[in-house]
Order: sequence, then C-alpha cells, then structure tokens
Amino acid sequence: MTRQKTILFACGTGVATSTAVNATVTEAMKARGLTFNAMQCKATEVPSMAESVDLIVATTPISASVTKPVIKGLAFLTGIGKDKALDDIEAELRK
Amino acid sequence: MALGLVAHMDPQAIALGIDAQSSEQAIRLLAGKLEALGYVKPSYADAVVKREASMPTGLPLGQAVNVAIPHTDPQHVIKPGVALGVLSRPVDFANMEEPDEAVPVGVVFLLAINDKDKQIDMLQEIMEAIQDPATLGGLARARTFGEVRSLLG
Repeated sequence: MTRQKTILFACGTGVATSTAVNATVTEAMKARGLTFNAMQCKATEVPSMAESVDLIVATTPISASVTKPVIKGLAFLTGIGKDKALDDIEAELRK
Repeated sequence: MALGLVAHMDPQAIALGIDAQSSEQAIRLLAGKLEALGYVKPSYADAVVKREASMPTGLPLGQAVNVAIPHTDPQHVIKPGVALGVLSRPVDFANMEEPDEAVPVGVVFLLAINDKDKQIDMLQEIMEAIQDPATLGGLARARTFGEVRSLLG
C-alpha cells in the first residue's frame, strides 16, 4: 500500500472555508475509497507548510513560490466545477 | 429542503431588504447585530472590513444573485453564530479566488467562527444553501423571517 498522502486545506483565516472544504473533500474521497491526512492553515502560512504536504486545496490565491500542486477550492463553496475538482484531487491521491 | 441552518441563526441577526450602498455598509450593519447579541467583540466589524479588503469573500455562482461570506480571525469572536443579510439591491464584493474581479452580491452570510472543529455543520449547511438555486433565489426574495425559516429550516 502506498504512503497515506497529506492534503493542506488553506483559506484566509484557516478556520472557515477551509473547514467546509476539508469536510466536503473528506466525505467525497471516502466515497471513492480514499483516505488522507488533512491539515488546515491560513493562506499566508502555506509557503512555510507546503514542504510537508502532498497537495494544497485553497480557496484563496496562493503564493507563486509554492511548488506543490494547488487545486482551487472555490468549487466546493459554489458547487460549480465540483466534480472536476474532486477528480483532480483523486488523481493526486492515487499518484 | 431541510437544511437545519435556521437552528444556528438568531432571528435578530437576520436583516431583510437591506439598503446598503457598499459591501462595507452591509458588513457593518450585520456585524452590529452580532455585536449587540453578544456573538462578537467590538473589534470584529473593523477586522472583517479589513480582511475583506485583502482577502475578499464574494462567491460567483453564475446566478442573478451571488453570495458573500465575510468573516475574520477567531480572536474577535465570543461565540459562534451567523448573521444573514438580504439586500434590496446587490452591492459589489470582490471575488474570493480572483480578488480583482467584482461579484454583485444580494445575500450575505456574516460568519462568527472561533473553533473549526465545532462549526462544520453550520458551514456545510451554509454551503448547501448557497449551492441550491431554489433556496438561494428564495432567500434573495425573502422579506419575512417566516420565509427564511421555511427555506432554511
């Protein structure tokens, strides 16, 4: 079995939209048979935390200095493009 | 649809048919209600307005009515809650993901959040309401608490 991956959920405060997105993605991935470690932080903390995670899902713009894959989390708030975003996350988790 | 969100809402923190000229006016009106009801500290309104300027919360839904979910850091919050504002005419908020873009907003959920592990239900209920066009359209037209309750109850 491959190593459990870690997703970092980021938003402006690290408590509001990242919480909603984390809950939605966790449920959806569970339905697809996938689990992961979840972390949450403020958008401003992403550059210092990115090294220790596999994937970042953010509802705010993220510094271009971050080299880890970033998936836009707004889809989980608006519902628009949600399936595509879930497919992208699943693909990263299955890598 | 049964959202249960209304159980998290103080009827006195619901303002319908607001005449706001700007996002800041809408935020300050709703923040004043949360402050008067003991949900947030006096520092909250300024903190939300400041945060909205640097990290906006307008959500483009591709509908006639879009939503904003302004909020700020936990230290300005006394206890968790949410205020709902329905505007008589939309005002522009900036797009959360593309801050240079304006989003005309008619429904505002002002969030008071202080513990991410305890407010997941409330946040998910709000997202459900936002993502359901019938609920959102109904909210945008709501002018009585009874209408809000039937949409979010």
